[in-house]
Amino acid sequence: MLQHVFNGLVGGSFLALVALGLAVIFGMLRVVNFAHGAIYMLGAFGALALTGEAFWAALVVVPVGLGLLGMVLERTVVNRLARLDPLYNFLLTFGLTLVLQDLVKWRYGVQSSPYPTPAGLGGSVDFGLFDFPAYRVFVLVVAAIVCFGVWFLLSRTRLGLIVRACTERPELSAALGVNVGRWVTPVFGFGVALAGLAGVLAAPMRAVHPLMGADLIIVVFAVVVIGGLGSIFGSVAAAFAIGVLQALSEAYLDSALVSQILVYVVMAAVLLWRPSGLFGREESPA
Amino acid sequence: MLHIEELSASYGEAKVLTSAGLSVAQGEVATLCGRNGAGKTTLLRCVMGLHPGSGKVSLNGTDLRGRKPFERARLGLGWVPDDRGAYATLTVAESLALPPMRSGWSLEQIYEAFPNLYARRGSMSTKLSGGEQQMLALARALRMGSRVLLCDEPTEGLSPLLVQRVGEILRQAKQQGIAVLLVEQNLHFAAEVADSYYLLASGRVQQTSPADKDLLTYLGV
Repeated sequence: MLQHVFNGLVGGSFLALVALGLAVIFGMLRVVNFAHGAIYMLGAFGALALTGEAFWAALVVVPVGLGLLGMVLERTVVNRLARLDPLYNFLLTFGLTLVLQDLVKWRYGVQSSPYPTPAGLGGSVDFGLFDFPAYRVFVLVVAAIVCFGVWFLLSRTRLGLIVRACTERPELSAALGVNVGRWVTPVFGFGVALAGLAGVLAAPMRAVHPLMGADLIIVVFAVVVIGGLGSIFGSVAAAFAIGVLQALSEAYLDSALVSQILVYVVMAAVLLWRPSGLFGREESPA
Repeated sequence: MLHIEELSASYGEAKVLTSAGLSVAQGEVATLCGRNGAGKTTLLRCVMGLHPGSGKVSLNGTDLRGRKPFERARLGLGWVPDDRGAYATLTVAESLALPPMRSGWSLEQIYEAFPNLYARRGSMSTKLSGGEQQMLALARALRMGSRVLLCDEPTEGLSPLLVQRVGEILRQAKQQGIAVLLVEQNLHFAAEVADSYYLLASGRVQQTSPADKDLLTYLGV
């Protein structure tokens, strides 16, 4: 049981990092970034391109590089559709997903590529009752540190204060002298970088292939809806809860399919009970 | 101080303001009256740069055309919106710390003038009562050091005691040379604080006075 919960928390770590980025971007820009899954996939392929001893470098270089790519995309395309119906940005990021996936297919093919466990993280960690693979413990620790770091940044710093205000009421914040536009691009880049980091961390554990992001993003959307659109805490809490639910249902119901279905049943139930999600709030007037 | 000339604005096909104009001098409270839907809020939003409009708006001689809302706020416009502008994710203390310009009232002055805000400084802004939210909106503008307050129906839904308190705060601001453009339906309240009166009707602004029989009839007072 404990082992399944642990595995669920590790699975939830990937969901949490991707959902965190998605929630931050949606909160500030009101953009549902469908390309977030493709960015996660690019993170894994970025790690693959710098394989072997370079894993530690990839852990830093790939998210930063993808964050910069995200900033360029925001400035050049996403920003242009900001004042239109949100559906346009959804279609745009969906199109970007297809472009990025096909570029990777063209370069690496459609088959899965293996990625070795990084040097120094190959053994296991003894927790007394169980031994857990060291790499999985590492993923959980990194995800926890990043989630805590983002929480600290948002709740305890002036930057976080500005991001929260702009996320909730951009027009009012501008009328109070805050240059909202100045923060949009960095926040978009930061959200994209988190998805890239999740991809790098996933490479040694998951099959690295061009559609790995497409498989994940649908579950992440469910996670974000369950947690509450735009709610940072809600997204992270829901990600870990869904990760554990998936691991337990896979183990005890012995069916990956039922495990997948359960996620959407939970989502539907939450939407019926609380349409704004577990930790979401009703939209404030602009 | 604040000068509006030939201001026109629309919502889609519907024209809301047609060559509207008015002026508010330093230390003056100008009340803008008009029926619901006359375009009073739209006029304030145009001045703040939150709604597109053609015409000239200047503050202390500085032309505000082409300037974004945050630039207008930094030049001295203080926004006190009709929905009171409370944040669900910011505490009272954080709301007061949000504006980058904090050259006006000190925190001590704010908390002395608004003791309820001090008592509830750790509460989320939307958890405050309507009156407290209104005080917070005014306190925020005063903390920013705004030279012109754009107040959109600050007494709406408040108890008589709180209406009186809002009046005291506006008079205090006025004594400090702050100009106030006040959108108000409560003509009795307006009569207590205002120096000049404007009526907005059919998209146009005309100067008037509370003694003006037409104005009283128009507003149903």
